[in-house]
Amino acid sequence: MRYMLMQAYGGVELEGCVPMTEWAPEDVRAHIDFQHTLNAELLASGELVDAQGLAGPDVAKFVVSDGVNPPKIIDGPYPESKELLAGYRLIDVDSLDRALEIAARSSAAPGPGGVPIQQQIEVRQVLGAPTPEV
Amino acid sequence: MSDPSVTGPVSDLYVEGLLRELAPQALGAVARRYGDFADAEDAVQEALLAAAAEWPTKLPDSPLSWLIRVASRRLIDEYRRTDARRRREDLAASLSIHHDEMVPSSDDSLVMLFLCCDPTLSPTLSIPLTLRAVAGLTTREIAAAYLVTEATMAQRISRAKAKLRGHRFELPADSAARLRSVCEVLYLLFNEGYTSSSGADLVRVDLSSEAIRLTRLLHSQVPADPEVAGLLALVLLTEARRPARTSADGALVPLAEQDRSLWDRGLIGEGMQLLNTTLAMGRIGEYQLLASIAALHDEASSHAATRWAEIANAYTKLESLTGNPIVRLNRAVAVAMVEGPAVALTLLEGLELGESHRLYAVRGHLYEGVGDLDAAARCFSAAAARADNVRERDYLIEQAARVRAQL
Repeated sequence: MRYMLMQAYGGVELEGCVPMTEWAPEDVRAHIDFQHTLNAELLASGELVDAQGLAGPDVAKFVVSDGVNPPKIIDGPYPESKELLAGYRLIDVDSLDRALEIAARSSAAPGPGGVPIQQQIEVRQVLGAPTPEV
Repeated sequence: MSDPSVTGPVSDLYVEGLLRELAPQALGAVARRYGDFADAEDAVQEALLAAAAEWPTKLPDSPLSWLIRVASRRLIDEYRRTDARRRREDLAASLSIHHDEMVPSSDDSLVMLFLCCDPTLSPTLSIPLTLRAVAGLTTREIAAAYLVTEATMAQRISRAKAKLRGHRFELPADSAARLRSVCEVLYLLFNEGYTSSSGADLVRVDLSSEAIRLTRLLHSQVPADPEVAGLLALVLLTEARRPARTSADGALVPLAEQDRSLWDRGLIGEGMQLLNTTLAMGRIGEYQLLASIAALHDEASSHAATRWAEIANAYTKLESLTGNPIVRLNRAVAVAMVEGPAVALTLLEGLELGESHRLYAVRGHLYEGVGDLDAAARCFSAAAARADNVRERDYLIEQAARVRAQL
């Protein structure tokens, strides 16, 4: 079963969370290493399908179109976005429980002072092929 | 005509390597004989599929002739099926030719490079087509290198060929101008490999290596062209630094911090020799200037000992030649080493580079140099938010954090 695990996507505010560019350098390093290590583990277990970083929310664009007039294009509406690493992981696992377990690992990534940042990870099942009729 | 006798089973890997080497030669022979490059490419691809299936158990004595023969048969069958009159005329002429007389010509790869790097094709299309037709990579290998599915890449290559349908297999009339187009495509390919390579990923084909291989091929075809020689020198001198570019854990190591003992002396020697010969021809162009700059870096024992004034001069010449704003950016970095960061900052005032992370990154570095740490941190943050790859993003976030910690 495939799931998308999305981080810092959709502008969920984190109370009291300092932008990453203001952390101590060693904490930045630890956080980045954590992400790479988690990816390596999931790759080794055969559960990682894809993991990508996304450009920051402040350079995101939002597009709305009625199909007739020129589309409305709005710059990222999060001027005070928390500058955490935006990105997603696409995993292929045996159960929802396993997907949630991985999401929890991701959420507890180390932040300032090594304290887990408790980032909210959105877990969405990726719709697959229909099962054959019995 | 029966197939030649077989010696015994061979490994899939051996067959893969053989096909990669022979596919472009077969394509050249078939395209030259039947005239339509796109049609020939289709036919050769089908022959390759058949070869991949059969050769591991039954390797022909003359694998190249086998490929040419099978591809030719497919092409003729296809022409019969689609019933085009022009093709019928070619067909009538071709049926009288014995296939063993179709041998590759040494010019074929040059013609193929010109065709694939057609200036009307965007690089998104010309690069994969070049990798398949001239470098002999499989669609799957190219797809993996670009991190797309095989089906997506196959579509891209089909679109490229569709635009080239009807193009005959011959040297273009404006070959001098077209040579520039080929160089652009190869340099783009090299840079894509250089910035996206992740070291640990051994399964993916190395785009930079393919670019170097193709540039060597091009240079061997037009040895008297100074810009082609300049491009080859440039990629060799740049590739030489690759072993030092990433740390053991995959992080980006900037030039100033690289362990120069890891640089490839062989490539540096080859690149320098080629560059010196080429510069002596006296027709200095963009690639020769870029190669000169790479050479100035490669000859230096340390970042501080680099001949920065000469590098700055080379960028000045390059800027007047191309007018490219990125060149001004690179010049500023060199100028900072000679005249200090404040002068370099004034050089960058008003420079328009859109949302490029590089401009912010350089400004960050220069503001740090003049002691304006707040501006430096803000620039590094802005650069990180705009970075287009993870390695540079991570590096820039760390720089922002490092500078901010000193405020």
